[in-house]
Amino acid sequence: MQIICNGQRRDLAEDTTLAAMLAMLDLDPNTVVAEVNKKIIERDQYEDLRLRDGDRIELIRFVGGG
Amino acid sequence: MKDSFTITDFSVLQAQLDHVPEHRVLAALARDHCTGKDLAALLSPAAEPFLPQLAARSREITRQRFGRTTQIYAPLYLSNYCVNRCAYCGFSAGNRIHRRKLTLDEAVAEAEILRRRGFQHILLVSGEAPAVLDVDYLEAIARRLRDRFAAVSIEVQPLDEDEYARLFRAGITAVAIYQETYDRRVYDRVHLAGRKCDYDFRLATPARAAAAGMREVGIGALLGLSDWRAEGLAIGLHLAWLRRRFWQTGFTVSFPRLRPAAGEFQPLVTVNEKNLSQLIFALRIFDPDVGLILSTREEPRYRDGMLGLGPTRYSAGSCTAPGGYSHEDHDGEQFSVGDHRSVEEVCRVIRSRGFDPVCKDWDRAFQQVLEGPGTCHLHLSVGGCSCGHKSIGNYLEIPGLLRPAAGASPPSTQRVEKIQ
Amino acid sequence: MLTIADIPFSSRLFVGTGKFASAGIMRQAIEASGAGMVTVALRRVDLDNPEDDIMSHLDRERFHFLPNTSGARNAEEAIRLARLARAATGTPWLKLEVTPDPRTLLPDPIDTLKATEILAHEGFIVLPYINADPILALRLQDVGAAAVMPLGAPIGTNLGLRTALQVSIIIEQARVPVVVDAGIGAPSHAALAMEMGADAVLVNTAIAVAGDPVRMARAFRQAVESGRDAFEAGLGAASTSAHASSPETGIIGEDLDFLQEEA
Repeated sequence: MQIICNGQRRDLAEDTTLAAMLAMLDLDPNTVVAEVNKKIIERDQYEDLRLRDGDRIELIRFVGGG
Repeated sequence: MKDSFTITDFSVLQAQLDHVPEHRVLAALARDHCTGKDLAALLSPAAEPFLPQLAARSREITRQRFGRTTQIYAPLYLSNYCVNRCAYCGFSAGNRIHRRKLTLDEAVAEAEILRRRGFQHILLVSGEAPAVLDVDYLEAIARRLRDRFAAVSIEVQPLDEDEYARLFRAGITAVAIYQETYDRRVYDRVHLAGRKCDYDFRLATPARAAAAGMREVGIGALLGLSDWRAEGLAIGLHLAWLRRRFWQTGFTVSFPRLRPAAGEFQPLVTVNEKNLSQLIFALRIFDPDVGLILSTREEPRYRDGMLGLGPTRYSAGSCTAPGGYSHEDHDGEQFSVGDHRSVEEVCRVIRSRGFDPVCKDWDRAFQQVLEGPGTCHLHLSVGGCSCGHKSIGNYLEIPGLLRPAAGASPPSTQRVEKIQ
Repeated sequence: MLTIADIPFSSRLFVGTGKFASAGIMRQAIEASGAGMVTVALRRVDLDNPEDDIMSHLDRERFHFLPNTSGARNAEEAIRLARLARAATGTPWLKLEVTPDPRTLLPDPIDTLKATEILAHEGFIVLPYINADPILALRLQDVGAAAVMPLGAPIGTNLGLRTALQVSIIIEQARVPVVVDAGIGAPSHAALAMEMGADAVLVNTAIAVAGDPVRMARAFRQAVESGRDAFEAGLGAASTSAHASSPETGIIGEDLDFLQEEA
């Protein structure tokens, strides 16, 4: 299936979980917050949430700012 | 804001007025923003030798904020029935005076006389007798007078916030309510019977009137009941407290002064003209924006002398008995008038001193308030409207609020149901 | 002691975490500043170059984090960022920034007020960043802002307290803490803000781009402390005319001959 993450199209195996995707991207789940289709996903849901074809995912993290 | 104003014991206030060094008085005169401590310095005995300097500073601030104008108003006494027994007042329930309450038509007739004399701002006054003169009556009067005058204020018994809101919608724009004395012990001594015995209820009244949306709230103390310097400090603290919470409300302070008169209540404390002036100057310096009112209790010589030095609002041609404008009769007065001059004479003197007597400062037509419960127009979809209705629910329903930033959002003028 | 939303802060200097040359310098500078509250921003992860997570350089136990909504151009975007920030930190603290003009980064008053009311209603502790508009500050307090953050000058300009007069009005009227934010370019600016009665200041650019950020952070710490001390000690009144330190007579007064002695 294909999903869009941070504006980039990516191919993933069917039923990939959000946690698995983060691992693939080498991102520590504790350092990012995720939105799937404009809905914020709680961290304890990352393992359970299965992504679907066409999902739009935003991965946000803290950076320096004033 | 659920807190309410409290005043500390009078003895604590008085302690702040003792032993004030001269340099603190001079510092207070020089400061742009005065604190409570500065007010205490200006009210203290230490400031008395500097009365001319206080006057100069007060004049400077008054001119800057108010220009060379003096507002003119007239009191209209609706009724002298009263259930309270206040030792100092002509209307006390124990006094045998001719009691009268004006009918609506009589009140309108009195008001017409005032209007023809040129007044645009009137103050409806009554004794405190809710069974005789209630909110329904006041509401009815307000509706009949609202289109004849630019501003109609009231000085009646303390009301609830809902009652003030009703009167505001009916056309009353300002409320005057004086604590009489902020000294709790003296308060209990001079208020012998009636609802007025409740010091705390009265103290919280200005806040209720402001919360209800009144454009202006007037406070003050009856000078001569307790230490006038401490009263001044209490008034200043009350004023500052109200301003912080009700920043959209205008405020005024009045200075009714008890004076020794044969057969009448003798003031418990002497307050002479120098004292009154010091109090007025100190409050002006403390609060540059507050309206300061001198009524006809004071003599012409004094009122004329004070023009431009601090006071900004004068009554004129006053009669303090109900129906007194229609019938030149002074039976049943609240107090003896000191300045008997007609409004024409007062205005002539004001002009001769280089000031402009102003009869109208605000026009109710600018107020976007509809009568009675129902809908209210929001002119900005944000944060509520001038009626004071909470709007949290309102604009969440307004389409177009949460919209992507492709170009600026147009201002929305929407008709929205009042939120309970 | 400064308290915002019932939380005490022993330092009245808040520090931003942007524009530092490295995470290491940032950490040392924040340490030297003595700050208890630091701001952070939210951005999309760069999937090709996932950078070091800033939070790994800041001890959550020692610092209070204030996420900002920088980048938001309207209320909707700010609210979305706010909710993401709350999900990420687990706390409801928020510095609300709505800046539709990327050139000046000046805050939009209308969307800031809208967003504050909505977010306060959702339980956020909102600290809105605003132009030094006293009426706007009052309106924000009415709808539940936990503090107000008026700017001294536009972000990054280091121009100091250009808005001093309006800021002093805000301070005089405020029922919540006033944190002067943006434009503070030198410790003297910070000291001035504190002398005027500000409850705290937020500094970012001036520390981050200094030649020696750690030393500059220490300078700001001292300035904020000294400014606050001066304020609490009671500054003498400023005046355009001279007043001798010894008592003097002869100040011109009004003619009060009309007063009569007896009541």
